[in-house]
This record gives sequence, structure tokens and C-alpha cells, in this order.
Amino acid sequence: MIKANNGNKIEEVTSSQDNTFLNPTPMLDELENGPWPSFISGLKELAERTRKPILRGLLDQLEYSYQTKTGYWQGSLVTVHGYGSGVVGRRSMIKDKIPEAAEFHTFRVQPAPGLHYNTKMLRNLCDTWEKHGSGLIALHGQTGDIMLQGIEEAKVQECFDEINQAGWDLGGAGAAMRSAASCVGPARCEHACYDTLKLHYKTITHFVSEIHRPQYNYKFKFKFSGCPNDCTNSIFRSDMAVIGMWRDAIQVDAAAVQTWIDKNSIDSLVNIVINNCPTRAILLKKGTMVIDNKNCIHCMHCINVMPQALSPGKERGVTLLLGGKNVLKVGTMGGTMIVPFLKMETDEDVEDFIHLSETIIEWWNDNGFDHERIGETIERVGLKQFLDGVGLEASIDMVTQPRSNPYYKSEY
Amino acid sequence: MNSIRTWKTIESGPRDYQEALHPVAKKNYGKWHYHEMPKPGVLKHIAESGDVLFTVRAGTPRQDSVDLIRRMCDIADKYADGYLRFTVRNNVEFLTPHEANVELLITELAAIGLPVGGAGPCVSAIAHTQGWLHCDIPATDASGVVKALMDNLIEDFKNWRMPSKVRLSTSCCAINCGGQVDIAIVVKHTRPPRINHEILGNICEMPKVVARCPVAAIRPEVVNDKPSLIVDNDKCMYCGACFGACPAMEINHPEHSKFAIWVGGKNSNARSKPSVMSLVAHNLPNNPPRWPEVTEVVAQILAAFKKEGRPWERMGEWIARVGWKHFFETTGLVFDKDMIDSYRHARTTFNQSAHIRF
Repeated sequence: MIKANNGNKIEEVTSSQDNTFLNPTPMLDELENGPWPSFISGLKELAERTRKPILRGLLDQLEYSYQTKTGYWQGSLVTVHGYGSGVVGRRSMIKDKIPEAAEFHTFRVQPAPGLHYNTKMLRNLCDTWEKHGSGLIALHGQTGDIMLQGIEEAKVQECFDEINQAGWDLGGAGAAMRSAASCVGPARCEHACYDTLKLHYKTITHFVSEIHRPQYNYKFKFKFSGCPNDCTNSIFRSDMAVIGMWRDAIQVDAAAVQTWIDKNSIDSLVNIVINNCPTRAILLKKGTMVIDNKNCIHCMHCINVMPQALSPGKERGVTLLLGGKNVLKVGTMGGTMIVPFLKMETDEDVEDFIHLSETIIEWWNDNGFDHERIGETIERVGLKQFLDGVGLEASIDMVTQPRSNPYYKSEY
Repeated sequence: MNSIRTWKTIESGPRDYQEALHPVAKKNYGKWHYHEMPKPGVLKHIAESGDVLFTVRAGTPRQDSVDLIRRMCDIADKYADGYLRFTVRNNVEFLTPHEANVELLITELAAIGLPVGGAGPCVSAIAHTQGWLHCDIPATDASGVVKALMDNLIEDFKNWRMPSKVRLSTSCCAINCGGQVDIAIVVKHTRPPRINHEILGNICEMPKVVARCPVAAIRPEVVNDKPSLIVDNDKCMYCGACFGACPAMEINHPEHSKFAIWVGGKNSNARSKPSVMSLVAHNLPNNPPRWPEVTEVVAQILAAFKKEGRPWERMGEWIARVGWKHFFETTGLVFDKDMIDSYRHARTTFNQSAHIRF
């Protein structure tokens, strides 16, 4: 019987059944109400069907967390043969009180780039996970891993072997290369200026050993966005943001522009497209739009509004921004542009990119402190010093303005 | 254990994507021409070849049971040729070249409780992490806060009622795993860590903990004849960085770990540069299971944005246009002295000009 995963319907179903397996969870049950799909209803249904004690324990512990407003998971070291990361260990601090979820370890599993699946591979993963683990899966973790949540240490190796045989591998954790993320890319987006899926795949396959064996100062993340819309949020969420870029003129289909104006009005062209151009690089001339490509900063706005009429140019590649990260400890950092444009078409282009990434990571390994992200290292030692260290040429594209303070050393 | 293993690990890295691509996506790979949005939650991509691919996007609980995933697979097998994908905001997408399947997908998704929406000028699904369900350092739950918020916002997810896209996130500690978004709900600790001197020396690498503190507030000290650490409470700004390195630095507190609301973050480069968020409300209680105080503030902010924002203008861009003073007036939120930045680069947020709105 298929149960609706929606609060109202699940109530009807559960009230008509004799559910004796689960303990009362009055606070969590509040989250079964309302129209948004309820993770509590899903968990309860799974627990009632599978009768897995680990799920009953999880729900009991979560209810206790809601009652006491306190978390009770402790990190611990759990791993599979040959790897130093990929399993996130979780042990309960209240196992004396709630023993059934004493261990609730997680596998981080790397999905395909772009989070594309066929149902066969997904069903297969579900079957393996239900056999060995809890049956709870987060799609996806914030870095982009499949999170198989809830397994005991004794079952970890056997489960991993089965997952690995089916073609999956673990993601990163700790001071390691991390799993990457990429946008939907050329598979279904007209804006993709390079093959995000391929570059993700090739780069992370190259760094696969560094994913499984933490050996860096701290984490290092790649994210691959096909255009400056940055759908993977790479600038604030990854150490190396790889963003699709073009460097010739925006492609304009004049007839399609006219069709857009006819449909939406000239007022809309002015108010929505022209007036929102951040560098005022579009003018209204003779009833249509004229783009000053020399002054275009490739923000994507006009292309987003008029996707049928405008497209990124033909000379395409990537822009690299380095050093993005979230709040801890120095505050949020956006990535800094370190390479304005790099071709990304041939296998050689890919190799050059990987080589540059290696050089950058090596510099960070040599110059960074423990628990320091590369953006923090660059802020501490200086962007100029970083460029010298990795052999990159300084460019005005890397700064919003030249230096405003007079204290510096130069090699005159 | 090693002796009974018959399988030798293959370090394959990411899963190969070729077998995971919908055949129409594969055929027109890199040759897409443009897209349209026929209705909320539905995308229509047109290829240079003339091929058409419809996408139906639906919200999920993110913490999915294998049962729910199998149901998604059933729907994908029936209406999307056996393929599906996910977005970075935890939505599931079904791809089909057949227009007739779009309405069928919407109906079947509704039948398993998944609402279609989240694309275009609407509230997107909330990016969030684990919380009490599975994280080792959270002060609150993530999935529960998200469920409570989205119950209130579901009509704004399913319909185009916003001037532009609105992205939300929640985070259960100051690390802010949820990221930079239009409206973020982030835990704010309001007291220094309580230090468990009994266990600290045994379970924590003390020099690492000292080095972790961004304001150098931690130093070694012998307490009750045991080597331990103490915190200069005047320096400490309750970030919780030490707790990640050392569970004996107990930063989480059921009453003193509060919620703060941040607005104006943006990742896209469209129009304005990517931007970080600003604090607009704080000291809200951590009030499970439905966090009504938090959902109320989010509703206030969204109501104002819905009324005043212009097409394509994101939250931060609207505020940049009308000014922060107007933002506080129109939302009914109250600016206070704690919202003046006091950390690194605080100077860049001061108004060093005579520009003012009366």
C-alpha cells in the first residue's frame, strides 16, 4: 500500500493501523501536520515497515532532543579498509538511555556530476542500504554527497564493499579533498560555457586518493558552474570556483529580440533589461537593444531575461575564483578571481587546469596553517605573495581597484 | 576482517554520469538553444535540433526514506523514461520529452506528497543540513525548522508571487552550512562555552583548541589539578569554533542558543555581485517543534519584498535600492546596536559619507 507522505493523509493511515513498534513521539508528531512533505512521516513509515530498532532509537533520540533542546551525537572515527575518510562516525551520548541508536554512522557517497541518476542505480543503492543500514538517505549533503545515514560499525565494511561493487565510491571528510558539485551543465542548459560534468569527473577522479586520505591543512572543495549564474553557489561555497565564461560578444538573434519586444513591450525592454544592466552597456537604438560588449561584465542578466534572443558568446572557457568559504573563523569569504579566462575544450586544457590546481594546493600545503582554508592563507600572506608562489601573472581583473594604502614593498 | 574480504576496493571517485543522463539530454548534450517556463515548477528546454525536454521540479523532505526514493523511481520509470535528477536545493526533477506527461507527473507527485514548484519568481526549497537528527555540533534541528517554514511558505513555492527568486537556508550553528541566501535562519549562541574541565584534558588536543579561537580568548590553565583551558569571557564572541575542535567546550545551550535572521545574500553574478548577508533580527527563541517566532519574522520580510520588489530584483538588490532604513520601516523589524558590525572589515560597513534618507 502506498502511503501519502503528506501530513493529513498519513494520519488517516496510521490511525487505522495497529502500530505498536514505535514509542510515542508527541513533539515530532507535530511535524507530520501541514502540507510540506514531512521527514518525520517518512521516518515513521520506514520504521514501521522495516521494524529496524536503529530507526526506533533514532526517533526516540530525536524526540528527546526536541524535548531537551540539545543534540546528542558525538563524532567518532569509523572507516573502511584503506580509506581515512568517507564514513562520518556518530555515536550517541545517551546510549544508556536510548541504546537502539547507539551507533548511527553515515556514508558519504559520491553521486554522478550534476546529480543525474537512472532509477536502476538509485533502486540498487536503496536495496543495499536497506539491507545493511537504516534506510534513511539525505539527497544531498550540502557539499553534494549522497548521505546514507545510520549504520553500525560492524556492518560498515560489508556494506561499503557492496556499494563499491555497484560502482559507487565514498566522498571526502576532514582535512581532505572533498566531493565536488557541478550544475546540470550541457546536459540540459543552454548557458553552459564548458562541460561542467566532464571537468568535475576528470578533476575529482584525478584527486581521488586525496579524497580518501586526508593530508591537507583543511578541506578543499571544487565546484563547477557552467556560467556566471553560478547555480552551484561556488563563489561562497568552494575553495576553487570554476565558472563558465565567454570573452567575445554576446550572440544576438535580432529577429528573436524583436519577437520578445512584440510580446513584452518596449517598456519591458527598457525597465527590465536595459536599466538592470550593471554597467549600462545596453542602449536603446532605433527601437531595439545594442550591446557594448567591451563594457559587458558577463553578469548574465540580459541573457537570463531573453534566453531565446541572447546567448553567451562563442569563444568560451572558464574563470577561476579561489578561496571561498563559509563563516568559521574569519567570516564568510568569497572566492577571488585568480584566472580571468582559461580555454576548456580539449583534454590538454583539462590537464592544464588539473596541473594548476595541483600547484595551488601544493603552495597551500607549504604555506597554510593547520585548519586554515586557502582563502584564509591568501588573506594572511597576501594575494601578491600567492601569485608569486604559484607563478601566476597579476591582473587588474583580480581586484576591484588598485591599492589604496601606501605601505608596500616593491622590487625596484 | 581483511582475510574474509573478497572484494578489492575500486577507487572510482564520482559515479560515471553517462549512464545517468536522460537520452534526450545525451543526444542534445551541449546543443541546447533556449528554455521557457510554461508554469510554476515546469521548465521547457528546446534544443538546436528542435528536440524538446520538459522538466518537472518538486520539493522533497531531503531526509528521504528508501520508500520515498523508490516511489520517485516508480514515477520516473512511468513518466520520465527511468531518469531523474536533483538540484542543489534538494528538489527532485523529472525529465520527459512528452508534454502530455507533465500534468501526469504533477498529479502523481502530489499523490506521494511532493509539491511541484521552486523554479522562477518564487520561494525555493530551503538549503539545510542535519541538525539534531545527525550532526555532532548543532544547537537546533534543521529538517524540523525547514518543515515548519515550508508549511507556511508552500503556496509561495508552488506559485509565482515573488518579484524574483527567493532563496532560503537554515543553519544549526554559526558555521552557517546553509550558505549565503536571500533569507537565512542561523543559530546565534549568546554565552561563552561552559567548559567541562573533568574531561577536557583527556579528549581534546589543547594547542589546536587554542589556535582555533579567532579572537585569542582561550588559554591553558590547570583547573582542579587537571590540565585544561579557560576562556576570557570578555573577548569571546560565542562563535563556537572551539566546540568543533573540542566537545568539552560546550557552546550549545537549550535556552541561550538563539536564532538570528540574515537577509540579502546572493550567489549569482546576475546584475549585482555575489553578496553576503546582513543581520536583521536576533535573540529569537529556539522553540521546537514549530519555531513560530522564526516563521513570523520570515513572513514579515517576505510580505514586504513581495509588495515592493521589482521584477528580477533579488532581496539584497531591493534593499540596496530602497535603503536599509526603509527595509526596517517596511518590515517592522527593529535595528539595534548589535547590528553594527564589530568584526574584521567592520569599517567597510560604516556610512563614511553624507548620504542619508529622511
